[in-house]
Amino acid sequence: MQALLDILTNHREVAMSLAKIVAVLAVLLPMVAYSVLAERKLSALIQNRVGPNRVALPLIGGIPILGPFLTRLGFWQPLADGLKSFLKEDFTPAHVRKAYFWLAPALALVPAFMTMAVIPFGSFLGRERMVLADLNVGILYTFGIVSLGVYGIVLAGYAANSKYPFLGGIRSSAQLISYEIAMGMSVVPVFMLVGDLNLSKVIAYQSDGLTSWLVFKQPVAFVIFMVAAFAETNRLPFDLPESETELVGGYHTEYSSMKFALFFMGEYSNMIASSAMMVTLFLGGWTLPFFGLNATPNEDGAIWMGLAHIGIFLAKVMCLLVVFIWVRWMLPRFRYDQLMDLGWRRFIPLGLANIVVTAVILFLQAKQ
Amino acid sequence: MTDALFYLFAAMSLLFGFLVVANPFSRNPVTSVMFLVLTIVSLAGLFVLLHAFFLAAVQVLVYAGAVMVLFLFVIMLLNIAEETKRRIKLFGALTGLGTVGGLAALLTHTLWNSGIPTPMNPSLEGETKLLGQVLFTQYLLPFEIVSILILVAMVGVILLSKRELK
Repeated sequence: MQALLDILTNHREVAMSLAKIVAVLAVLLPMVAYSVLAERKLSALIQNRVGPNRVALPLIGGIPILGPFLTRLGFWQPLADGLKSFLKEDFTPAHVRKAYFWLAPALALVPAFMTMAVIPFGSFLGRERMVLADLNVGILYTFGIVSLGVYGIVLAGYAANSKYPFLGGIRSSAQLISYEIAMGMSVVPVFMLVGDLNLSKVIAYQSDGLTSWLVFKQPVAFVIFMVAAFAETNRLPFDLPESETELVGGYHTEYSSMKFALFFMGEYSNMIASSAMMVTLFLGGWTLPFFGLNATPNEDGAIWMGLAHIGIFLAKVMCLLVVFIWVRWMLPRFRYDQLMDLGWRRFIPLGLANIVVTAVILFLQAKQ
Repeated sequence: MTDALFYLFAAMSLLFGFLVVANPFSRNPVTSVMFLVLTIVSLAGLFVLLHAFFLAAVQVLVYAGAVMVLFLFVIMLLNIAEETKRRIKLFGALTGLGTVGGLAALLTHTLWNSGIPTPMNPSLEGETKLLGQVLFTQYLLPFEIVSILILVAMVGVILLSKRELK
């Protein structure tokens, strides 16, 4: 114990990094759980239903007004869902390829968590920068990790060794690769304007008030990125890899219990990760052009300022999560050829044109 | 610390690279592909140790994320039952070993004669902007030639995949 304390006091940087990783996970995991609840409640609202309103805790349920209110809100539902996932029988069908069957759920979840490493989720808290790794090639790191996410789904389809999951896996690999290209094209103009691949620099560029937000400077790029994010996270209207009406559930048909829950968590962490990316790239990150909150505080800025920045970032991410959920219950699923057509024949040429137009404008501006 | 990480990543890339071609436990091509992905990721780790963050990120993005997924895609669609039963042929093993030996001889010969390498330009470390500037000024011609090569490959693929040109 003493030795551990010595290491932590001598290597402040390592200790702070560990603390930040723990803090990020401590926020991320409940966020995953509660975005599932938000999905169920919002879908209920849209379809004129009530949604989860039964789970009550013994002691808190007895508090006069708060208890029944939280129960009606479904506030404890994630606890019940989690418990159910753990206690259900973890069934491994006889025909599956065992090693990949075990590996796939982990591979689906890990990349979603790893993308969080480069996203600046706040300015300074005390003397500590609120980003896990301030990489020079931040965005490339993110794209690299996101592109690894496809292995989870493809291997799940392969491991199941039956027809529907296999079709789901094949569909997902084609879909993810196609939309990754569109996504990559869409962010190039952003970095041409900013002049740096570092995500902290992207936020610094956007801290000059509302007009400097890149969503207003690059609306086309934002639309392409957002639609591609829907496709990358397998959300409706692009959930063809798991489309339950034709593929029984796609790549996770053969999974049960906690392994299925890992895929589920992976989907929602991917949603959170891509929302965080969109906030950072297009919506000003942790800045807000009111009350002087867009100024980057110096190293010994006030604590409340740092906390406010983290709060702003989380609020923006949650707004985008609501959009993700909202779209899912509003739009029907695309057909597969429509999906491919949209990606290859609409978005990739549009993204290329956007790059050329931005380059010409920047060139003319530089000449003046 | 850096030394230990270098030996770790180097050993990992050698081990996984070996398991790609000769895995004693499985002759499944999908397993080979997955080990190739691990090899590529280990190589990216070596790039990071050289402060070539851009190369490391692109290595993972292009090879592990895109090329290998397509490999997996094709292998999954092919009938791999025959492939798992196939034995290693003597001729293939001999020519393979011969090629590896030749390449190794060439590499050691070059390294032996080049003397102690000069430390690289530290301003290039991890800087994408400088990399781009060098690429578009000093190495402009090779860069453009490679671009044309890729274009030719793309045209070729489209030509091959279309049975009849309309």
